Amino acid sequence: MSPVLIRIALLVSAALFAIGVVGVILRRNAIVIFLCVELMLNAVNLSFVAFSRLLGIDGQVAVFFVMAVAAAEAAVGLAIIIAIFRHYEDVDVERFDLLKW
Amino acid sequence: MYHPVLPWLILALPLAGAALNGLGAFVWRDDRKLATLLGPAAVGGAFVVVAINFFAMLSAGATGPSVVHLWSWLVSGGLDVGIDLQFDRLSMVMMLVVTGVSTLIHVYSIGYMRGDPGFNRFFAYLNLFVFFMLVLVMGASFPLMFVGWEGVGLCSYLLIGFWYESEEYSNAGKKAFIVNRIGDFGFLVAMFLIFRIFGTLDFVPVFGAAPGTLQFGGAWATLITLFLFLACVGKSAQIPLYVWLPDAMAGPTPVSALIHAATMVTAGVYLVARSSVLFALAPLSQAVVASVGAATALFAAVIATQQWDIKKVLAYSTISQLGYMFLAVGVGAFATGIFHLMTHAFFKALLFLGAGAVIHAVEHAWHGTGRHGDPNDMRNHGDLRRWMPVTWITMWSATLAISGVFPFAGFFSKDEVIWKAGVLGYPLLWGVALVAAFLTAGYMARLMALTFHGGENRTFDPGAESGAREGLHAAPAVMAIPLAILGVLSLVGGWIQIPEGLPLPHVAALEGWLEPAFEPAHEILAAHGGVAASTSPLGGGELTWGLVSTVVALAVVVWIFRVVVRRRYVRADEAPEPAGLARVLYRKFYVDELYDRVIVRPLMALWRGCWKIVDDGLIDGTVNGLASGTRAVGWVGSQFQSGRLGAYILLFMVGVLVILGTLAF
Repeated sequence: MSPVLIRIALLVSAALFAIGVVGVILRRNAIVIFLCVELMLNAVNLSFVAFSRLLGIDGQVAVFFVMAVAAAEAAVGLAIIIAIFRHYEDVDVERFDLLKW
Repeated sequence: MYHPVLPWLILALPLAGAALNGLGAFVWRDDRKLATLLGPAAVGGAFVVVAINFFAMLSAGATGPSVVHLWSWLVSGGLDVGIDLQFDRLSMVMMLVVTGVSTLIHVYSIGYMRGDPGFNRFFAYLNLFVFFMLVLVMGASFPLMFVGWEGVGLCSYLLIGFWYESEEYSNAGKKAFIVNRIGDFGFLVAMFLIFRIFGTLDFVPVFGAAPGTLQFGGAWATLITLFLFLACVGKSAQIPLYVWLPDAMAGPTPVSALIHAATMVTAGVYLVARSSVLFALAPLSQAVVASVGAATALFAAVIATQQWDIKKVLAYSTISQLGYMFLAVGVGAFATGIFHLMTHAFFKALLFLGAGAVIHAVEHAWHGTGRHGDPNDMRNHGDLRRWMPVTWITMWSATLAISGVFPFAGFFSKDEVIWKAGVLGYPLLWGVALVAAFLTAGYMARLMALTFHGGENRTFDPGAESGAREGLHAAPAVMAIPLAILGVLSLVGGWIQIPEGLPLPHVAALEGWLEPAFEPAHEILAAHGGVAASTSPLGGGELTWGLVSTVVALAVVVWIFRVVVRRRYVRADEAPEPAGLARVLYRKFYVDELYDRVIVRPLMALWRGCWKIVDDGLIDGTVNGLASGTRAVGWVGSQFQSGRLGAYILLFMVGVLVILGTLAF
């Protein structure tokens, strides 16, 4: 893979990551926030894969770890969101200040 | 050799009386039998023990002091003060006067306080007062004397404010206490100085070492005695600290008689007499004592001439007579001062008790008629002699005594004071005292004429009201007997001391008795040229001036009496404010107002400033500022913990960016 392609891949990764960050900050729906978090994880995965072309296989191994953790996180996160929804009948994070307590 | 008989019992009896009566005030509120019996008995018992000791001392012919050590009290480093009682000739005279007069006044109080709800409490305070007064005169060291000194001040405060429901009365109590504190400061400083120089505070070693240790007229002797005199000025109501005594008349009349006339206020005279050696070493202090005494004698006598309140007249009269005592001890005639103290205790106690009987009778006479007014105001009295013969006659005895008419007690003691001032080198004070003596005769004649005489000229006497005349009653026996005893003492009390110059048998019983106590002081004075002249500053011997003063005093009494008795007076609540000079005198030279402006208000303003600026502003401001500052910082921190996910993530991102940025550059 040529350095040009790596650069493109890294730019895409950065763009995806930034979109994820902005989404997490600005969106109010907990599920969308959750999706944006996944987007950031996958942006990182893209960076790992791109760098592994240059530096060896280690990056691709890390990607599997990230995917495994992301899957676990998705399970826990969705469970929390469902619990909150059952309680409040809503998933708008602006309405909760549960983390204060 | 003289050994005091049961010395501790003299103190224990009044103290036990105070404790039991105090208990009675709580437990048997309405039962007066115990206090009626116990109050006078405790003090009377003390008098008996004192009398036994007196005769024991007399028969033993003891001249020096006998000190009884009861137990150790303050032991610290070089300081060793015990509860030691001193029995010598001076304290014996004081003990006799204190317990004797107190016993009579206790008996009188049974009648006077009969209807008062605080009967038991009254006797508890009165007994406690006698206890502290005895500590004062029997203490063998300055600190023990100071205990008594403070204790009588406390009892004085309690008894002035005895009717504490009235704010005016309780303020009078506070005033007495606070003004006395100024004097107490002097006592404390004097004690510090004495301990610094002598290393002990017991009377016998201090006075024994004084002539050898202190330089005659030196700074230390002067300083110590001036501070001691400051204490006397407070306790004995001399210029400028006399202002508390007239207000102290707020207390029940027996209290005025006992504390504010006969005993406590003479403590200052006793202190000067007790410290005669120190004062003899300080001629400047002696001059100050004599001058203040003479000035007070005149000043208070002038005020007394224009007072309408019978007790106020007597209060100023007391201040004036205390001035005489200080004049005597100031010029070095210590025995004469004590002599006047003793005769004054008799006739002034009598005058107050008589005034109390008058007030009591007038108040009761009005009680049935619904008339209200000030029973103390002499314009509301008049012609009372017809209803109160015993009071009337005994009061005349005391009036002639205080006016210095031969052969009543005051003639011998007061003329002796004036004479001693003249011959011991104070011609100016001699003149002042002489003028004050004639004023004394004047205001006393005015008092008698207003209260007991006047006949038809007294249109507003209590008898003129319908029904009030029947309500007037003479003093009951329990009040009349003490009056009669004091009346006799006012006559004969002076006969123990008849000066040599008169064509009478020369008697010097008291002077001879007290001579051992004052001998060291007299030796010092004699060594430094204090020789008594044989004639007065204007010439003439003691006989001449004795005649002059008794004739003039009698003339003044007759003159003022005739003037006042014929004059008509409107009753007190309709009387206009006096005008001109009389107003200045009635307002007591505006001294209270002056003190209010010059001392009380600036101090109040200063303390208000301290309160508002220093306490509220500085101290509270610092503490409260620290608290609110902490709170503000906490509030800022708390804003980060909003609990909102979005805010947390934003902060998280900012944090990451900051860390990354720091790493990058």
